[in-house]
Amino acid sequence: MSAEAKTEAPAVDTQERRINMIEAINEALDIMLERDDDVIVMGEDVGYFGGVFRCTAGLQEKHGKTRVFDTPISECGIIGVAVGMGAYGLRPVPEIQFADYIYPGLDQLISEAARLRYRSATEYIAPMTVRSPFGGGIFGGQTHSQSPESIFTHVSGLKTVIPATPYDAKGLLISCIEDNDPVIFFEPKRIYNGPFSGYYDKPVEPWKKHKDSVVPEGYYKIPLGKARRVTEGEAVTVLTYGTMVHVAEAVCREKGVDAEILDLRTLVPLDIEAIEASVKKTGRCLIVHEATRTSGFGAELSALVTERCFYHLEAPVERVTGFDTPYPHSLEWAYFPGPVRIGEALDAILKD
Amino acid sequence: MADPAEPNSKSGDNRPALALHVPEPRSRPGDPVNFKDVDVGEAGAQPRPDESTKPEDMKDLAYGLVRVLGDDDKAHGPWDPKLDPETLRTMLGHMAMVRAFDERMFRGQRQGKTSFYMKCTGEEATSVSASMALASDDMVFPSYRQQGILIARGYPLIEMINQIYSNKGDKLKGRQLPIMYSSREHSFFSISGNLATQTPQAVGWAMASAIKGDSRIAATWVGEGSTAEGDFHSACTFAAVYNAPVILNVINNQWAISSFSGFAGSERTTFAARALGYGLAGLRVDGNDALACYAAQRWAANRARANQGPTLIEYFTYRAEGHSTSDDPSGYRSAQEREEWPLGDPVMRLKNHLIAIGEWDEDRQAAMDKKCAEEVKATTKEAEKNGILGHGLHHPFHTMFEDVFEELPWHLKEQAAQAAHERETKWPEGRPKQ
Repeated sequence: MSAEAKTEAPAVDTQERRINMIEAINEALDIMLERDDDVIVMGEDVGYFGGVFRCTAGLQEKHGKTRVFDTPISECGIIGVAVGMGAYGLRPVPEIQFADYIYPGLDQLISEAARLRYRSATEYIAPMTVRSPFGGGIFGGQTHSQSPESIFTHVSGLKTVIPATPYDAKGLLISCIEDNDPVIFFEPKRIYNGPFSGYYDKPVEPWKKHKDSVVPEGYYKIPLGKARRVTEGEAVTVLTYGTMVHVAEAVCREKGVDAEILDLRTLVPLDIEAIEASVKKTGRCLIVHEATRTSGFGAELSALVTERCFYHLEAPVERVTGFDTPYPHSLEWAYFPGPVRIGEALDAILKD
Repeated sequence: MADPAEPNSKSGDNRPALALHVPEPRSRPGDPVNFKDVDVGEAGAQPRPDESTKPEDMKDLAYGLVRVLGDDDKAHGPWDPKLDPETLRTMLGHMAMVRAFDERMFRGQRQGKTSFYMKCTGEEATSVSASMALASDDMVFPSYRQQGILIARGYPLIEMINQIYSNKGDKLKGRQLPIMYSSREHSFFSISGNLATQTPQAVGWAMASAIKGDSRIAATWVGEGSTAEGDFHSACTFAAVYNAPVILNVINNQWAISSFSGFAGSERTTFAARALGYGLAGLRVDGNDALACYAAQRWAANRARANQGPTLIEYFTYRAEGHSTSDDPSGYRSAQEREEWPLGDPVMRLKNHLIAIGEWDEDRQAAMDKKCAEEVKATTKEAEKNGILGHGLHHPFHTMFEDVFEELPWHLKEQAAQAAHERETKWPEGRPKQ
């Protein structure tokens, strides 16, 4: 069962130590800096200051200025030098402060990092992990809210990974850093401090109350390409990732829908086995993501489900997504694919 | 009358009309050409500062032109690297080989043996002598016009030709456009079609070398046209910020396909002078003077190796031929330019220098040229046994799917199976013999 993520957790460490996603990411970086001299952490404000979201706090002091350092404000330069460091034999972990600002580095990611192994027939590789906070729900407006994952899933040679819990964030990030392929690691900043139900007018729950914030202190890995079954159900399969895992879970719970929610965790390579097994069981599929609709990753998921599960489907595959507009500031909660949009889609899928 | 620059003045209120300046090269097809405005200075006139000199104390070198070989074919001044005759003959031999190789490969493209080729005629010194000034394990990040580095580093010609033909011997498995070589064994980075991307990569490699306390340095080559790319700015900034042990070589061959160097900003300043704004050492060098090219690269290498920081070198040269086999320069520039280029031809100048110091003669030159041509011809024949483009002797189909990732994911396995099925459908009896 590829979706059984929990069986991969180490049996030891039952201390019930609970941490948030920022701390989990910080621990993953700390552990990898300790374990592998070739790991380098760099980016805007990540050094002395410890990052605008605190993900790299304390790392420079502990590991030194040549292992963890600040960079000029140049995403093209950050990714470009990371490619060169990878060619040397290092394992860089560059940070792009917001996914909305990754675009100046796109040529280096798409034309260089993604193709280097292929075009050099393995003479050179780009074993880098580009970390970047992404997603909305924080009044970030147009340039602090975007979800550009489908730009990367469309590029041959890149892996795209998105955690939804502190436990996954740590285990997946360690896997990404050890992976010899270039990885885009998008961190849903809306859930850095706590899972988000989609009800923006209710107080935020801290991670401390969530089971997936129990994170082992030491080294552990979660394999790339494997989805996590969040809830087991018979009525409908919900395919989602990032912040929307928690929103979808809250809506299903509230409506009493017997949903099987799959947190995809890795978009490329995708856990097609888990998806197929679930949709063939439930016969219905809802896809939920924050990103805009047209040519979003949901379109790929919808096509795959339709191609591979067509004769098992009892209703059309539905997508709940952001609208095809730039991310608005004041109208954020009208834009965000929240409980109403998800609820109506579930009703439509389940109506007969 | 009101000052037209008054904040309250409005357009139409007697303000002068603005005018856009669009650069225009000195000559177009059919025009006579005059390079009199190009100040090449005197060989030997430029001072050679110590490698630890601060960039601001050597500004003149970013605007002048470091030259060693004079009109008398002798070496002059403090930049003379004082190479022994054997090294000079090796240098000349590599440059002659590059030229012979270019000639043959260009012809091969015209004969339909491959899809594409790019010569470096007139620029041989900028890669051959510069790479001879580096250690063989210094990492180079070239553009597509530095085949001289591979030849100077002893990369087998047959590997180059296999790559150009995309045949079954091609180490890059036919994936890359001709001339986009890669050789890790020769510390030669994989060439990309996307311009200037290699420049921040070279800086990153140099930073890595410094992080690890290594002694190797990095060098990168980029055309003057590509200095307009954002990557070049990033490379200069990062090189300066981290004092990276890197050499940024700018080959100013006057042309970026059909656009003259004015479109990269040459009308107002030199490319070497850009170094000053970043706080880098800047050198401007006669790119057709093999000794000056060698000396400048050696200076920059010494500087980088001593942790004194990066150097930007502009090689002032001329792209004597078309941009590529897909280009016809008679459509945009005067044919006379090549003939009247004031810095001459790099191979002829080095040859004449060796003759002037009594270490060479025309007969030996003729014999060497003949030997180069024969070697390239024989190697071409050998490479053709591995196939030429489109004649079926390529790598097996399944290799197309390999190395996208370290391991083949399910979706590529499915697509590989589809390709195998299509092949089976196309040739049920197996592939026809060519």
